[in-house]
Amino acid sequence: MSTFLLGAALFLLVNVAVGLLRVLRGPTAADRMLAAQLFGTTGIAIILLLAVAGGESAALDVALVFALLAVVTVLTFVHRFQRANGAGQEEEP
Amino acid sequence: MIADLYTIVLVSAGCLFFLAGTLGLLRFPDVYSRLHALTKADNLGLGLIVLGLIPQVAGWGAVFKLLAVWALALLAAASAAHVVARAALAHGVPAWRRR
Repeated sequence: MSTFLLGAALFLLVNVAVGLLRVLRGPTAADRMLAAQLFGTTGIAIILLLAVAGGESAALDVALVFALLAVVTVLTFVHRFQRANGAGQEEEP
Repeated sequence: MIADLYTIVLVSAGCLFFLAGTLGLLRFPDVYSRLHALTKADNLGLGLIVLGLIPQVAGWGAVFKLLAVWALALLAAASAAHVVARAALAHGVPAWRRR
């Protein structure tokens, strides 16, 4: 069972790596933010799978914090995106 | 035994939805349709994985935590989809039209 869960976590990790293509290609900043949102949700799923596979129930709290951070991340992006000039320009780090 | 089978089936289905979400994110023609694909991965993919993991954890506290993670991710995805689409619309990102 834990082997299967680890395999599923690995599959999701490959998904995240493939999602990086959208970060590279995405014509607008909103596309890159969508990819970041995917990373967040997939990260939560990976942490859940690893927590159950390894028997560490403390990692469930980590997944909870991750979900909260995902909310803050997207709202922060949109706040900046709305204040930027032009449509989908690169934002300074 | 039944619980293990249930977990394998649901977690596999959840991974399939994540794959569908990633494929949609890569292949759809504009921001708005990519949002559609992303919310499928968020809601259904994560939800199926959470439901599949429920028999594997010990105690009702851990079950509640799993469900709370899913509920928070749902809220995050719903607000994210709404504000990203509204911001993209305000910036004049054109919707894809079939030519």
